[in-house]
Amino acid sequence: MKREKILQKYEPSGDNLLGILHDIQDASPEHYLTDADLRAVADYLGQAYSFVYGVATFYTMYSLKPRGRYLIRVCQSPPCHLLGSTTISSELIRLLGIGFGETTADKRFTLEMSSCLGVCGVAPAMMVNDRVYGNLTPELIAEIIAGLRRGK
Amino acid sequence: MSIYRTHILLPVDEGTVQAGVFEVKRRLESELQARKLQKEIKVLESGSVGLVGKGVILAVYPDRMYYFQVKEDDIVRIIEEHLLKGRVVDGLAHAPVAAMNAEKGASRVGLTREQRRIVLDRAWTVDPENINEVLAAGGYRALEKIFSAKLSPEQVIEEIKKSGLRGRGGAGFPTGMKWEFTRKAAGEEKYIICNADEGEPGTFKDRLILEGDPHKLIEAMTIAAYAIGAGRGFIYIRGEYGLSIERVQKAIDQAREFNLLGENILETGFCFELEIKKGAGAYICGEETALIESLEGKRGNPRVKPPYPVTHGLWQKPTAVNNVETLANIPAIISNGAAWFRKIGTDKCPGTKVFTILGHVEYPGLIETDMGTPLREIIFSFGGGIKGGKKFKAALLGGAAGVFLSEPLLDVRMDFENLKENKAVLGSGAVLVMNEDTSIVDMLFSIAKFFAHESCGQCAPCRVGTQQILQIIYRIRQGKGKAGDLESLLQLAEAMFKSSLCPLGQSLVMPVKSALENFKDEFALAISQAEK
Repeated sequence: MKREKILQKYEPSGDNLLGILHDIQDASPEHYLTDADLRAVADYLGQAYSFVYGVATFYTMYSLKPRGRYLIRVCQSPPCHLLGSTTISSELIRLLGIGFGETTADKRFTLEMSSCLGVCGVAPAMMVNDRVYGNLTPELIAEIIAGLRRGK
Repeated sequence: MSIYRTHILLPVDEGTVQAGVFEVKRRLESELQARKLQKEIKVLESGSVGLVGKGVILAVYPDRMYYFQVKEDDIVRIIEEHLLKGRVVDGLAHAPVAAMNAEKGASRVGLTREQRRIVLDRAWTVDPENINEVLAAGGYRALEKIFSAKLSPEQVIEEIKKSGLRGRGGAGFPTGMKWEFTRKAAGEEKYIICNADEGEPGTFKDRLILEGDPHKLIEAMTIAAYAIGAGRGFIYIRGEYGLSIERVQKAIDQAREFNLLGENILETGFCFELEIKKGAGAYICGEETALIESLEGKRGNPRVKPPYPVTHGLWQKPTAVNNVETLANIPAIISNGAAWFRKIGTDKCPGTKVFTILGHVEYPGLIETDMGTPLREIIFSFGGGIKGGKKFKAALLGGAAGVFLSEPLLDVRMDFENLKENKAVLGSGAVLVMNEDTSIVDMLFSIAKFFAHESCGQCAPCRVGTQQILQIIYRIRQGKGKAGDLESLLQLAEAMFKSSLCPLGQSLVMPVKSALENFKDEFALAISQAEK
C-alpha cells in the first residue's frame, strides 16, 4: 500500500502514530521506515519531525535502516538463555557471517536480538518474520537457514 | 445450529503451528469428508491448552481424551479406531483430559492433572473465533446478569471489592478499590485500559487468554466500563503478539455485531467503544504510565507518580488500567458471587493464579491453580519434576524482575502475602526452574543484560545503574571478579531501588539481592578463584 493511502486510513490524531508507523513499515519490502516516511507522518499528524523520530527510535520493532527479506529475531531473555540461546546466537552469527543488528550483503537476512517473545515453553526460540521457531538446536538452525536460502 | 455427536479440538498456538496443526486439520477434514462424517463430527480450532513440546494435540469430546504428537498419517487410525469404533488408539500417546488423578495408582503428575480453571475455563474448549460457541458456553452471561438484575455500578464495584480480587499483573493491588477510585474521580470522561503488553520474560499467560478466549476479556472490560463510568476502552497488546491481535479484533467485531459492544448495548442505553492499540516492542510499556504514554502515541517513558492514573491517566482523564488475567476473573465473580470466589485460594489472596512453568522441568507449560499452592507442588507435580533425573537448584519467580529461591524455600506457598514474607514476589506467575548444573552467575548476567537493554533511559539511576551492574557481573562471569564487587552490586541495586523513577529501575535489586543472598558461596567462589 502506498504511504498516502495508509495515512488516509487514520484520523490525524496523535494516538495513531504507532499504528501508522507499523503499517508503513509492514508495507516496505525492506522492513524499514525512510526519512521521507517520518517527515510525511509528522506533517500528517501536525507533529514535529524530531518527535516522530524520537518515537520511531524508541521502540525496537521499528527500524530506520533497510533490513533483509528475512528478519531473524533471537530471544535472549533468561528462560531462553537457560536453555542455550547463546549457542543458538553464535551458530547464527557463524552461518550468516553477520553480527546482531547487521544485514547480509545479499540483503536476504537481518539478525536482531529480541526480548522475550512469549513462547518460553519452547525455549530457546526465535522468530523469522512472523513465524516462531522453538526448541532450537544448532542442527535445526542449519536446517532452517538452508531452507530459507533455498527460498522456502 | 446443527448437533454433532463428537467434537475434535485442535489447539492452535505457536508450538502446534510449528508442529503442523494446520496440515493435520486439512487431512482430518478431508478424511472425514471422504467418509461422509462431516455432519456428525465437527473439527474446531481452539486456544492453547498450555501443554508444550507435545507436538500437534488433538482432543476428542465428549470422550475427554487427548492425543499427543499427532502426525498427518495418524489421522486415518484415529478416525477408524476412535471415532468409528470408540476405542482409544493404543499406539498413540494419549491421556484422559482430567482423569490422571482420578485413576487409582496413576501419578498425580503433569499438566494434564486436574486444575481449577476460572480465567482459562473456556480457553481450549470453544472456538475463539465463533461467538455463538462462546455464548453457548456461558459467555456474556455476567454482563446480562448486571442488566437484568439492574445492578448499579456501585453494586458491581462492591461485589468486586468483597471478592478480594487483586491485580494479577504483579503488584497485587485490590481491583475493586482501583475501580472505586476511578469512579469517584472528578470528570465526565473516563477510560478503561487492558494492559496486554505481556513482556515479563517467562510469561505467556495473557497470550493464552487473548488467543483462547478473547470474548471473556471483552465482557470483563464492558463490565469494568459500566462500573467506573467509562465510554471508551483500549486493549494495549504488544506488537509481537500477531495472533492475539487478530483474534481479539475478530472478537470485537463479532461482539459489536451482536450488540454486546458499541451503542446502546443490549438495549439498555449503555454505550461502550473498545479498540486495540498495538505496541511496538518495549518492555517498559508494561508499566502503566509508560503504557498510557505509548497509547497516546509517544515514547514509552513512565510518568512521575503521583498523580496516579485513577485520577490523571489517559489524556489526563481518570483511567483504570487492569491486567488481562485480572479482568478475566471478573465475569466469574459477577456470575457466581464474591462469596464463591472467596472460598478459592487463600484468605488474603482469593482465587486462582496462572503459572508458567519453565526451564529444566519435565513438562514446561502453563497451569491455573489455587492461590497459595506450594511451589514444590507446582514444580514437582504439575511440572513433573526436574528433567533427566537431575537435582533442583533454584527457581526464579516472577520473571526477570523476580527473585531467585533456593531449596529451603521450596515449600513456600505461592500467593502475594506468603511470598512477601519470604522476601520473594509472585510477579507475573513465571516459575523458571534451574537444575544443579546451572550457573547462577550466568543467569544473573542474563537478567542484567535484559535490564540494561530495556531501561528506557529517562532517569539516570536506571540508565547508568543497569549498565554498571551489567559490567560488574560480566567481569565476574569472565573470571575477572575483584574483592568488593559483590558489595558494589548490592550498593548499586539498592541505590537504584531508592532513586529510580519507575518499577523497572527499582526491581533489579530483587534478582541481584536474592542471588547474592541465596547463592552466596557460588559468587564468593567465582571471585576467590579469579583472585588467584
